[in-house]
Amino acid sequence: MAGITISGVVRQFGATPVLQGVSLTVEPGEFMALVGPSGCGKTTLMRIIAGIETADAGEIVIGNRTVTRLRPAERDIAMVFQSYALYPHLTVRENIAVPLAMRRLSTPERMPLLGRLLPGTRAKRAAIGEEVVRAAAPLGLAALLDRRPGQLSGGQRQRVALARAIIRRPAAFLMDEPLSNLDAALRVQTRREIVDIHRAAGVATLYVTHDQAEALTMADKVAVMMGGELLQVASPEAIYADPADLRVAGFIGSPRINTLAAEADAAGRVTVAGLPAGLRTEARGTLTLALRPEALRPAPAGLPAVLEHLEFLGDGLLLHARHAPDGAPLIARLEPEAREGLQPGAALRLGFAPGRALLFGADGRRVATRADAALVAA
Amino acid sequence: MRARIAVLALLGALVLMPYLWMVAASVKPVSEIFRASLSIWPEQFAAAENYGKVLTRVPVLHYIWNGIVVCGGILLFQLLFAVPAGYALAKLRFPGRGIAFGAVMLGLLVPPHVPALPLYVAASGLGLLDSYTALIAPFTISAFAIFLFRQFFSALPDDLLHAARLDGMGEWSIVWRVVLPNAWPAATAFAIFSVVSHWNDLFWPLIVVQGHEHATPALGVLYFRSEEAGDDFGAMMAAAVLMTLPLVLAFLLAQRRFVEGIATTGLKG
Repeated sequence: MAGITISGVVRQFGATPVLQGVSLTVEPGEFMALVGPSGCGKTTLMRIIAGIETADAGEIVIGNRTVTRLRPAERDIAMVFQSYALYPHLTVRENIAVPLAMRRLSTPERMPLLGRLLPGTRAKRAAIGEEVVRAAAPLGLAALLDRRPGQLSGGQRQRVALARAIIRRPAAFLMDEPLSNLDAALRVQTRREIVDIHRAAGVATLYVTHDQAEALTMADKVAVMMGGELLQVASPEAIYADPADLRVAGFIGSPRINTLAAEADAAGRVTVAGLPAGLRTEARGTLTLALRPEALRPAPAGLPAVLEHLEFLGDGLLLHARHAPDGAPLIARLEPEAREGLQPGAALRLGFAPGRALLFGADGRRVATRADAALVAA
Repeated sequence: MRARIAVLALLGALVLMPYLWMVAASVKPVSEIFRASLSIWPEQFAAAENYGKVLTRVPVLHYIWNGIVVCGGILLFQLLFAVPAGYALAKLRFPGRGIAFGAVMLGLLVPPHVPALPLYVAASGLGLLDSYTALIAPFTISAFAIFLFRQFFSALPDDLLHAARLDGMGEWSIVWRVVLPNAWPAATAFAIFSVVSHWNDLFWPLIVVQGHEHATPALGVLYFRSEEAGDDFGAMMAAAVLMTLPLVLAFLLAQRRFVEGIATTGLKG
């Protein structure tokens, strides 16, 4: 079993730093999602791990081997590309067989005509052919083996790319936004399949995506990257409920987390627009109070707000409001039944349990809080 | 639609006219060729006479064989050198790449007649005159081919090459197993261009070849005219038909491949 460890990876394009000393460990058998907005450096990091691009500084270890200076083929990894990168001139069968053929057959054995005449080639080719069928069957490719990539749908091509990656049993998988070219319904189904493949193979996997829902649903651990830095690496639950940085809180979760300007007085009492928020903290000065939409609900006491409109989702209800003192938008996720008695344009108060409030300092880092005696006063 | 077909047919007939005239003349007796009135269809067939004269008096098949050897050799070496060079210029980063590509562009500007004299002197000095080597070697490195392949390979997605490297292919395997099979349209187009121009080339064979031994088809027609036919235009046209026939056949076959290549490589997928 092998994991991936990268330490202090730096990469610059000209004067623009793309990766600023990134260190990350994927444990053996772990599914790690690397998530971040477009242009945050996540794909560059993955390409550096694969050996397609070189780092200006830093080290990459796969298993127990330092691979920083090795060629991609010697790193014992398989990669699924966003564009799938299938060989257009080969059939599905040949595409999946390439990694095995390149490793098991010698150069003369791979020659088009000469290879057939060499002793042993036939047996090796037959063994590879069997493995191809075995790898393709669970992915539903058995009937498509003799087609070419141009004749396949996006989802089928994606599966061929997966089969080509798993057939070699590499030490690690790298996946670069493999679902981004699929339609929404297929994406949800394929998520499940990729997780199953990972379980069955039990290989350390680094999965790059810009879709936070994908990261949360699929991964054992999520690494959030922004501006060439890793902001937080934690389980999906911890990333969502316990973000270490305001940018992580803002990026993860849909609808977006609510943020309000807050202030801590000399005693550490937190106030929002002059009203006590029912929280105490060690920090002082300007803060940001962040609340997940499901942490807010209409209550007798809480943040004063004006209801703007309601969005019915079927299984829930989104309440869009504006914070009365400063006009900041607020979104609350409610049960559908909560619609009763809510009128757009009406004033209401949105309360929250102190334990669900997230407080961030002026630098964006998380600040510890504890409940204060009184909740927001009327 | 119908009007377009009519226009295309008219233009096609115009282009085909000289060729049809050659074929028609090759089956006419001399008296009919020099008649003042125009007619495509001969009144008297002299095909056996004309073609018989060509086949018995000059080694036509030998000329054609020479043409195949020379054109095949030139094409083989051109691909052998130009495909890896085009790949390197398109996809590999190395110091001096810009200068190398600039040199290729400069090479495109040099007309083939300019280096003819130094090449002749070199071939003569090496004792290679009147040999296949002298006919093939000067054309083995084609700046046009390098340029054409470089442009075509630039359009190949980088991820395809990355995937090949991850799958364990070296650069050499990538060139022949991934890049070239996906460049069939370019390779076929270039092959047609190369074979046609060297099959019909008279200039260079005329310089380095003496006698029938290594004469190419174009040179063969010339010999036939000066030595055998005189003003026997029927026989001369028959010789011309025989010399162009392999080219026409090859072209028809390649054309099918060419269309197939574009339709099935699936590069757009």
